[in-house]
Amino acid sequence: MAKIIGAVTTSHIPAIANAMANGLEETPYWKPFFDGYPPVRDWLNEKQPDVIILFYNDHGLEFFIDKKPTFALGVADEYHNADEGWGIPTIPPVTGESELSWHIANKVVDEGFDLTICQEMRVDHGLTVPLNLMWPGHKYGHVKVIPVCINCEQHPMPQPKRSYALGQAIGRAVESYPEDLKVVVFGTGGLSHQLDGERAGFINREFDLKCMDQLVSEPEELTKYSNLDLIEIAGAQGVELNMWIGMRGCLTGKVTELHRNYHGPISNTGAGLLLLEHEHLD
Amino acid sequence: MTERYADREFPGTYLFDGAMAKKGYALNKMCYSFNEQQARDEFNADPEAYCNKYRLTDTQKKAIFDKDIIGLLREGGSIYYLAKYAGLLKLNMQDIGALQTGMSVDEFKDMLVKNARGEV
Repeated sequence: MAKIIGAVTTSHIPAIANAMANGLEETPYWKPFFDGYPPVRDWLNEKQPDVIILFYNDHGLEFFIDKKPTFALGVADEYHNADEGWGIPTIPPVTGESELSWHIANKVVDEGFDLTICQEMRVDHGLTVPLNLMWPGHKYGHVKVIPVCINCEQHPMPQPKRSYALGQAIGRAVESYPEDLKVVVFGTGGLSHQLDGERAGFINREFDLKCMDQLVSEPEELTKYSNLDLIEIAGAQGVELNMWIGMRGCLTGKVTELHRNYHGPISNTGAGLLLLEHEHLD
Repeated sequence: MTERYADREFPGTYLFDGAMAKKGYALNKMCYSFNEQQARDEFNADPEAYCNKYRLTDTQKKAIFDKDIIGLLREGGSIYYLAKYAGLLKLNMQDIGALQTGMSVDEFKDMLVKNARGEV
């Protein structure tokens, strides 16, 4: 049977891609951020997951507001990156896991989550930055990725409790898949930040740290926030917490925190990194 | 008038909902096109003609020419698409933050550091 063996949360901002492309990891500005990652990379290299289920939001590469899926699931064998308009380097294709993707689609839609199912999907920095952070030098081709895309751009957006429930349904779907696969779930984006308006630059360190604690030990507390609450407490783009909450929903068994780092600011955000181990309760 | 998603107001924040998505549709569509190098080149060759091609309003065009990010938000711009316009202008998110808050870029960066340390 497929098993979820762990989870990772990480920022996905484009500035990280630029820093890596320009070899800035050891500069004073970036070092406290990148220093958090080696333990996570080591764990992934030791555990050798077959599949990454990756929660992210599209920032106007695949989806425009002509048609904006609330939740979208990739079911392709391969995903491509493309020019996002600001010159971060386009990177090699990402390998998909079509069979498990369709299994998740079948189970989760039957449970009442009306996903948009995508056989072609250009993936932006929201998905590619986390992969390149875990496997620098774009060495992620061996791992199969299932993109789960949440609308974090246009209100109405799915509420945290709904993202959590979707994660739970995905978790159950994975557990019912007959093939022996090791699965790790990534929740990307966040934490507190605001890019737009006179309030741009807002970061709430205290909230970010509390959020990381609660994500581990009492995730249902986080589902009590509405997206409007998150805007107030964590900034307009603080709604990206939905991806972390969706990830956490997938972990229905015992969760142990193995590693964490919090550093800010990177670009305009507070960046939280968590590595969680997950054991199924059979 | 398109119904707003929420009555709740957030100072200095422009909630991007149906009303804004409708108002800013042409503006965001133009900015979305900037994903393509060819579109960026075409805009740079003749910004006004490019704005006219997407049928921007006079207010939207003025905000584009003035690099008035707050004005663009008021006109229905989504920060995700405006970021692509910023990319075309070779501005990063700290430059955009400075433009919106009326700070210098260094002042804006200092504020980010203080916020992230929890000093504010």
